[in-house]
Amino acid sequence: MNLTLEIWRQKSNSEKGALETYPISEVSEDMSFLEMLDVLNEELIEKGIDPVAFDHDCREGICGMCSLYINGEAHGPDRRVTTCQLHMRKFKDGDTIFIEPFRANAFPVVKDLVVDRSAFDRIQQAGGFVSVNTSGNTQDANTIPIPKDDADTAFDAATCIGCGACVASCKNSSAMLFVSAKVSQFSLLPQGKVEAKERVINMVNKMDEEGFGNCTNTGACEVECPKGISLDNISRMNREFITANVKK
Amino acid sequence: MSKSTFYTSIGYKILMALSGLFLMFFLLQHLVINSLSVISPDAFNEASHFMGTNPLVQFLLQPVLIFGVVFHFIMGFFLDLKNRKSRSINYAYNKPSANSSWVSRNMIISGLTVLAFLGIHFVDFWIPEISTKYIQGDMSGMHNGEFRYFHELHEKFAAMPRVIAYIIAFIFLSLHLLHGFQSSFQSVGVSTSKTRMTFYKFGNIFAIIVPTGFILIALFHFITQH
Repeated sequence: MNLTLEIWRQKSNSEKGALETYPISEVSEDMSFLEMLDVLNEELIEKGIDPVAFDHDCREGICGMCSLYINGEAHGPDRRVTTCQLHMRKFKDGDTIFIEPFRANAFPVVKDLVVDRSAFDRIQQAGGFVSVNTSGNTQDANTIPIPKDDADTAFDAATCIGCGACVASCKNSSAMLFVSAKVSQFSLLPQGKVEAKERVINMVNKMDEEGFGNCTNTGACEVECPKGISLDNISRMNREFITANVKK
Repeated sequence: MSKSTFYTSIGYKILMALSGLFLMFFLLQHLVINSLSVISPDAFNEASHFMGTNPLVQFLLQPVLIFGVVFHFIMGFFLDLKNRKSRSINYAYNKPSANSSWVSRNMIISGLTVLAFLGIHFVDFWIPEISTKYIQGDMSGMHNGEFRYFHELHEKFAAMPRVIAYIIAFIFLSLHLLHGFQSSFQSVGVSTSKTRMTFYKFGNIFAIIVPTGFILIALFHFITQH
């Protein structure tokens, strides 16, 4: 396949960026999207041009590092996959592909297609954990019975890899799908219920402090999420937030 | 619940949803009373006179309603502006239709259209009513020896441009409700994996039936006098 790539180039956060055009030829349809960018970077290096910076790590769809807004969608046109698992067979010979970073004020551009998603880390640090106090008589988690439905729902929420596609896809740059998944994965389990009130309040406050927008329930996040995190988590978080504030 | 609870993103959502649910309930009762004008002019006159002169309705429910309407619009503008500020640089190439509906993304457009309609509606009905009752001091509801409400409504819909304006406004109201109904239940946390589709389906029914009812009433009064 021969393709034309329109890639966002930006030297640093303080400098202005713009789309630049790069033709690329002989792209195999079996390549992953990131492999295609690797080939482009090899060519750019050979020509003495600064390669395109983009985030990646495991390339197995589980680490949440790769991002990219491809042809107007987070992680590209495929569903339930991250950019590293998007294959070039999803495109046609002669296509022009627009590649941009995830855009949100809370995700500032570091360079080219790399954005700083540490706002998610700070939200997690605000309450996305279960405190383990070394009292000496902590009960083995496996001895606490958990209803199958709750365990399954908590596990589904826990599959969120924190890639930020929800924020990138939302017209309001809202992080509610991410935060609600992190709230749900703990609050549905007995071990997480102990700190449920503080968790939801602290994580929501941190989310607002980081400058994410407000959720207007468009559902774009759920559609674009590579892990299929459900909107039900947002409703659950809203419910928990109300309950936590009433009982405060 | 502390005051600070409502100054959060979820707090704003809840307030927006609650005011929206209240306005949807109001729409339903407005439709029921307006429907009486098609079924029985006398019943419509009686209901209108009761609503227009009952102190509880006039001095408690009416101010609450006006507050609800103003609050919903101001909150809508405020949230829209705030959300726009959360992304300073827009995508050069974006495809929102791939993941969300037009109505869900453009509540501000449908809302503004409904707001413009409310301006017309206030000039048509509410301001003359307030003027008659509280400026001229005529609380009788009578004109030439009979109740004036049905005739006033009926005559207003003689002009085709007004009927067309009302129809357009109700189409936008329908678009607003198509997203607003189910969204409000999601925002207050009532929606679950088991009930989400029910709210969605019921919302679609509500969003079609209520505005269609208002359109049919306007058309009925237009057709029956031409």
